Amino acid sequence: MLERITGWWKRRGGKAPEAHGVEKGFLVFQHTGEVIQAERRLQAAGFPVEVKGPPPELRTGCDMVVTFPLLMESAVRRVLEGERLSPMAVVPVSGPMLEPVSLFRVKDYGDWFMVQAANVKITVERSSGRIVNVSGGGCPDVPYLASLLVGQDIRGAEEPRVQGHTLCAYALQKAFLEARRLWNNAGGGSSCAG
Amino acid sequence: MRWLICGTVPDDAFPLCMGTWKVEGNMLVPENVTVCGEEAFVPSVPVERGTPALAAAAVLALEAMGGEPPSVLLAGDCGSSTGSGRLYAFLSSWLQSPDSADLAGLTFHYLFPSVDGHNRILMALEERGRPVPALIADAGFMYAAKMSGYASRYDVFTPDAGELAFLADEKAPHPFYTRGFLLAGDRDVPELARLAWDHGDSARFLLVKGAVDMVVEEGRVCGRVEDPCLPFMEPVGGTGDLVTGLLTAFASAGVPLKEACLLAAQSARRTGELTNPTPATGIAAFMPFIGGGLAKPC
Repeated sequence: MLERITGWWKRRGGKAPEAHGVEKGFLVFQHTGEVIQAERRLQAAGFPVEVKGPPPELRTGCDMVVTFPLLMESAVRRVLEGERLSPMAVVPVSGPMLEPVSLFRVKDYGDWFMVQAANVKITVERSSGRIVNVSGGGCPDVPYLASLLVGQDIRGAEEPRVQGHTLCAYALQKAFLEARRLWNNAGGGSSCAG
Repeated sequence: MRWLICGTVPDDAFPLCMGTWKVEGNMLVPENVTVCGEEAFVPSVPVERGTPALAAAAVLALEAMGGEPPSVLLAGDCGSSTGSGRLYAFLSSWLQSPDSADLAGLTFHYLFPSVDGHNRILMALEERGRPVPALIADAGFMYAAKMSGYASRYDVFTPDAGELAFLADEKAPHPFYTRGFLLAGDRDVPELARLAWDHGDSARFLLVKGAVDMVVEEGRVCGRVEDPCLPFMEPVGGTGDLVTGLLTAFASAGVPLKEACLLAAQSARRTGELTNPTPATGIAAFMPFIGGGLAKPC
């Protein structure tokens, strides 16, 4: 009932009650030193980050978390990787218990197979390992990454995380790695996935 | 009355520009395009996927229908959000100028999902002192519209079943953090559409793309399109853009939105049937068949 009232209020033109507050995410680290280092490096890279106290459900690591623009997760992870910083968790501020999509959907198209991670799909030709299509996504780097990937061999293609910026790019990275794993496990084509 | 398509080109050097385009072979070619800002050359754009595919589909469909070509506002953006930011700033200012007076509708597409940028545009639209044009949103801008809490101001969203799960999940800030994203299928559409509407996170109409395309009005399924069934269309990058481009064309031609959604879904499938794609086909191969694939309004 509350949901219906909320929806009615929004449709009537009332301000969104919680404003879906949230393009931000929390980076959770094990140690305070990592938090300070992450903040410094991300600020130097131009990201608007802040150190804050974690909400109760995230009090598993140190007593501080870094807030960052969630939709730039792929670019933020790249900076952290460069500093060998590995967060224990990355979660949305709006729902700290929300987990990233971890399942893959694999579809068999005979001579091709498609791997979907979240809202992004990558399709590979079984016989050659050639990436033949990339679809889905909503952020502008998915069409860009697709233009780089299509026609490349899944074994040697540059991973999407290298050029990607956004959460959609991060989803594409996941799909890419799963497609590469499936292709390799099948011994280079023939019966992978499906 | 003009229709404006807003989106991005995957090239950071591409200038912010607005105007009309034509389709020549696999290219979107500038016809009457003005650069918004410093003088710069506007190159032709390959129709590979994303907003160029949407724009090409709309241009070709309106050409076949004898309608006025859409205006297209494009920014170069490879994901850094800089180009999208420029587009948001320009559009919110332009909407308050007399140049926008004859706007019948807008279609928003691949843009970095910025709630702030979205809200500036919505505010500009609502402060014009004229009726708000029809609003269609897909891809990143649809994500921003949902996150802003103002989704119900929109006329049509064009999600697939997974993106509908995102709309229905009140807490999710992005499809990547959506509960049950990959578990959502065609059978879940009625329940998810109702939930999204009840939360105020849905447009008035949804065109839900899938094995069965469904049209939803105020949270209730009111139409289905399932023939011809073409499983090879799903892996082809740009088939969703094709649907939204066709929807834009029908809406721009004055077809009521519910019927425009149904016609767009039917026309995309017919175009696919004429193209006869494999999973390795590119979206450019669909373009020559758009005119022949168009379904006729009642």
